[in-house]
Amino acid sequence: MAKTVDQYFDDLRGTRVWRSIFRSGTGSSTLKRALAIQQNVFLHLFSTKVRTRMLSFSATWYLGTLTLGTFLILVATGIPLMLYYHPSVPQAYADTKDLQFVVSSGLFLRNLHRWAAHAMVFLVFAHMFKVFYRGAYRAPREFNWVIGVILLLITLLLSYTGYLLPWDQLAYWAITVGSNIASAVPLMGNKIHFLLLGGNAVNANALLRFYVLHCMILPLTAMFFVAIHFWRIRKDGGLYSHASEPATLRARAASGAAAGKEAQ
Amino acid sequence: MADSKDLVAGIDSNAKKSPRRIVFITRRTSAQVKADTEDQLQTFPEVLFRAAVAIQVLAIVLVAIALMFNAPLEGLADSSHTPNPAKAPWYFLGLQEMLHYFPPVVAGVLAPGLVVIALIVIPYFKVNIEAEGFFLKDRERRLRIFYAVAAGLMIFLGFFHVLAALVPTLIMAGFMLLASQSSPQSSSAFRRYLAARPLSYWVMTWFLFELVVLTAIGTFFRGPGWSWVWPWQGS
Repeated sequence: MAKTVDQYFDDLRGTRVWRSIFRSGTGSSTLKRALAIQQNVFLHLFSTKVRTRMLSFSATWYLGTLTLGTFLILVATGIPLMLYYHPSVPQAYADTKDLQFVVSSGLFLRNLHRWAAHAMVFLVFAHMFKVFYRGAYRAPREFNWVIGVILLLITLLLSYTGYLLPWDQLAYWAITVGSNIASAVPLMGNKIHFLLLGGNAVNANALLRFYVLHCMILPLTAMFFVAIHFWRIRKDGGLYSHASEPATLRARAASGAAAGKEAQ
Repeated sequence: MADSKDLVAGIDSNAKKSPRRIVFITRRTSAQVKADTEDQLQTFPEVLFRAAVAIQVLAIVLVAIALMFNAPLEGLADSSHTPNPAKAPWYFLGLQEMLHYFPPVVAGVLAPGLVVIALIVIPYFKVNIEAEGFFLKDRERRLRIFYAVAAGLMIFLGFFHVLAALVPTLIMAGFMLLASQSSPQSSSAFRRYLAARPLSYWVMTWFLFELVVLTAIGTFFRGPGWSWVWPWQGS
């Protein structure tokens, strides 16, 4: 009898090399499926089981998942863009022009990066409001909400620093307008402004600083907090659902017991 | 689990010694009866599959947009030639709209700073989105507070001629007034919905409304010198 694709895949998962890489074994038992999550350094951030009711679209609108999706797309398009880009004046603008007209698929890469970035900012805001209106910020999830606010600020900074990189008129003046706000901070406004730009105006130093922030510091910081954000969902009892909260269940059990006693 | 904290032993131990296990068995310990069991799915492969599908759909939509619309690219940056208006990225245009009315230290530093602080402290105060309707309890006193706060806010916004923020505030106040005149027994489903909204809902929705309106005005309705321009007039 000919083997099916599934059987070939099972054979592959049974090989010594595969077993040396993935700690969970083959098999489709509940235990093995749980181990596939729990024994994997990345997937163990998530819980091994999720309440079925939380997987309906209306429960979360999948906004957190979609935000992660935009982040993955931004990393995947951002790295090839880096290969064609020099963070120097005026070469940065020439490189962007080359991406637009010379590099094959460069236009598509830049478009996708740009629109995914806008989508991410929008989705982060949408995610925040959805979480608030669901009441999912409440104890014991307070700190995960705070991490979410930090991630919102990191997302805005990521988008803002990326805005300067094409070095066109749009980029230059948007950053000029934005960074002037920093000067309004009482007492040390000008110092912050200078630190941010590496000078008193948007110039080559500012471009380099924004490049390093955009491609190195902010993505790494974002990943750090995203990992904590996911891990805390599991530690804080899974996705929030009012009907599944321990307090709700206790209250219902207590009222059920009281009703039972009255019946006796 | 929240309960497990009660069981933590309060005895300090020596971190340099291999710990010994001690089991406490109290009398009348009974197996805990689970009040409820809820359907759950296994993350592998069910939940991961759904997440992958969601991200795939997103990717397809974004790729389609990227194929159809080009990212903007203007002329080389020129510090001697200021475009009019010079606009920040869209998500900061609400802030830039505020800068039009207030001094930079208020609109650019104080207001966003307070918003971020307010967002962070939400879960640490008794902000309860699942609470009872705001006007259902202690109605007279709460109505007086509402009148005072709404009037104060409107006088403040009116004084600085912040029409862009005043109109959404007026509309929200109108809805709150309607909520105060509604009850869970109201005949219309919309009024029953309004009556059941807690204070946190009203504050957050007002903030969301202002955010959307100010951002939209900054993006679509502002032209040279930050003057009012209709979107179809072009810039």
